[in-house]
Amino acid sequence: MNPLIFDGDMAVGGAGASASAPPTAGVVTRPSRRALRRVGFPILAMSPFVIFTFIGLGIPVLAVIDHAFRTEKGHLTTANLRVVSHGVYRLGFENSIKLSLIESILPGILGVFLAYAILTSSHGWLRPLVTTASGVLANFGGINLTFMFIASLGSTGVLTVWLKSVHLDPWNYGFNLYTFYGVAFVYMYFQIPLMVLVITPALGALRTSWREAAQNMGASNWQYWRHVGVPVLLPSILGAMLLLFGSAFAAYATAQSLTGGIIALSPIQIGNLMNGNVLSGQVNVGYAIGLGMLVVLTVTMVLYGLVRRRASKWLQ
Amino acid sequence: MASVSIPGEYAFVDANFGDSPPVPATQRRRRVRWWRGVVLLVAGAYFFLPIYAGLKFTFQDIYGKFSFQAVKNLPTAPGFHDAFWLSMRLGLITVAVSAVLLVPTSIYVRLRLPRLRPLLEFVTILPIVIPPIILILGVLGSAPLWAKSSPYLLSFEYVILSMPFVYRSLDAGLSAIDLKTLVEASRSLGGSWVQTIWRVVLPNMRPALLSAMVLTLALVLGEYTMALLDGWNTIPVWIAQFNTASDGHIQVAASMIGLVGTWIILTVIVSLDRSGTRRSRRRVRTIQTTKEQ
Repeated sequence: MNPLIFDGDMAVGGAGASASAPPTAGVVTRPSRRALRRVGFPILAMSPFVIFTFIGLGIPVLAVIDHAFRTEKGHLTTANLRVVSHGVYRLGFENSIKLSLIESILPGILGVFLAYAILTSSHGWLRPLVTTASGVLANFGGINLTFMFIASLGSTGVLTVWLKSVHLDPWNYGFNLYTFYGVAFVYMYFQIPLMVLVITPALGALRTSWREAAQNMGASNWQYWRHVGVPVLLPSILGAMLLLFGSAFAAYATAQSLTGGIIALSPIQIGNLMNGNVLSGQVNVGYAIGLGMLVVLTVTMVLYGLVRRRASKWLQ
Repeated sequence: MASVSIPGEYAFVDANFGDSPPVPATQRRRRVRWWRGVVLLVAGAYFFLPIYAGLKFTFQDIYGKFSFQAVKNLPTAPGFHDAFWLSMRLGLITVAVSAVLLVPTSIYVRLRLPRLRPLLEFVTILPIVIPPIILILGVLGSAPLWAKSSPYLLSFEYVILSMPFVYRSLDAGLSAIDLKTLVEASRSLGGSWVQTIWRVVLPNMRPALLSAMVLTLALVLGEYTMALLDGWNTIPVWIAQFNTASDGHIQVAASMIGLVGTWIILTVIVSLDRSGTRRSRRRVRTIQTTKEQ
């Protein structure tokens, strides 16, 4: 009997507590106390994290949903949603989705090539440099990015001046940094690094043995990628692109600081509504846009989850 | 383009049917290197040009001549001092809170509740999915007045925003070490839990912890959306609202100092981390070569 109990304690991983319990009380209380430890301590240990995230993340999200269905006086209504699904706010959604699609497909493809080029490079110094650069740049939206691009492609920017000196002023050819496509161009600056960050582990998990097996059976380089490499990677790439979609859809600071808030994108519209740049009585319209964005992002993430599950089948 | 790739294809046919494998192998590698070079060059141009332009503007006076004027004028620019200290305070508090919150949680989950890891991964990635603009919208709609009147509400939310990077970094650091063995060894030698974490686990995950902290600090110092909408004049908000007419170079200088500083610190941390592993790898390689010889 004794060795058995001892084994049980070891399995739970609790070293001393139940073993050092007084022998008289031990028989009765040990199971319940052990059960308590098994359930109670994990709950206690996890509670700071759970409480913190619930207050910081859960309640705000619930508040957005709640406010979207209320008038300013607190009555239930669907008027906000009706306002949001028409006119300029609808245009904002359309533009945002269009921008995010561009910003997921283009940097997605470019990022795969870049990550593969870095991964297979023989220069050892390149990888840590690019890894850290990606880490910094992927989080580098906003105000800094705006000023860097104004300094290079603004009307007196470095690149603009260079191109002007060879009579190729991009601004004469319809280029404008402060428009939809200008914003799209600037977004790549953090979208491509994000793709590199996300896709590098998946690329690294492509086993050399697969390539060797394909080559031994006479597959060409193209055939290897067509039948082995791309099918294996596709779920990971699609998953990463969904992440990029979410990232572009959520971005606010860059577009705001670049265009001064005149571009019709959903996040910008929320910001304008909150800053009081519109008629009063429409604050909760901002919450309705927020709800719409949450719906789009939830769909994106559900798809991401499905694709991820598929991706992990091959790549661990 | 075709003329370059065709020899490669031929070389590959040789590789299959020829009798001397080493030659085609090098040719094939050269073909791969060619497109790799183009990709790296284009990417390099796209990513370095704005940095170069930013630096150029930083070290230029208003007449376009090289000078340190913008950098020199930055600390005395109106409002910079307050904005800088507010950002620093928020940054340090955020780093401290997120370390205290996430280090024990990630260690505990890895040791005792590995089944919760996917869930934790999911929860900590949510702040990437839920945009800061929506988060601050919800916070301003739900937080009590006393919280809204304090700048540290931002710190609270920044902990949430930094979670994806912090947790991932810590988790990667934890998977690089044999946590279970370390903890069991320390515990069986009589170390308390606090001693085990402080003197065994943490020193072993120092690079991960450091890079998580630097990333967090960088995030806080660069965060614009929430600070702007919450109405606090942090560094990014100050930069954006600084009167361009007086000296636009100061804005660019402030942005560039933030970027380059973060990058240098991160590279140093990562290469410190890597030089450790490289040393051990080199040792392995020497053993192998002596064997071959």
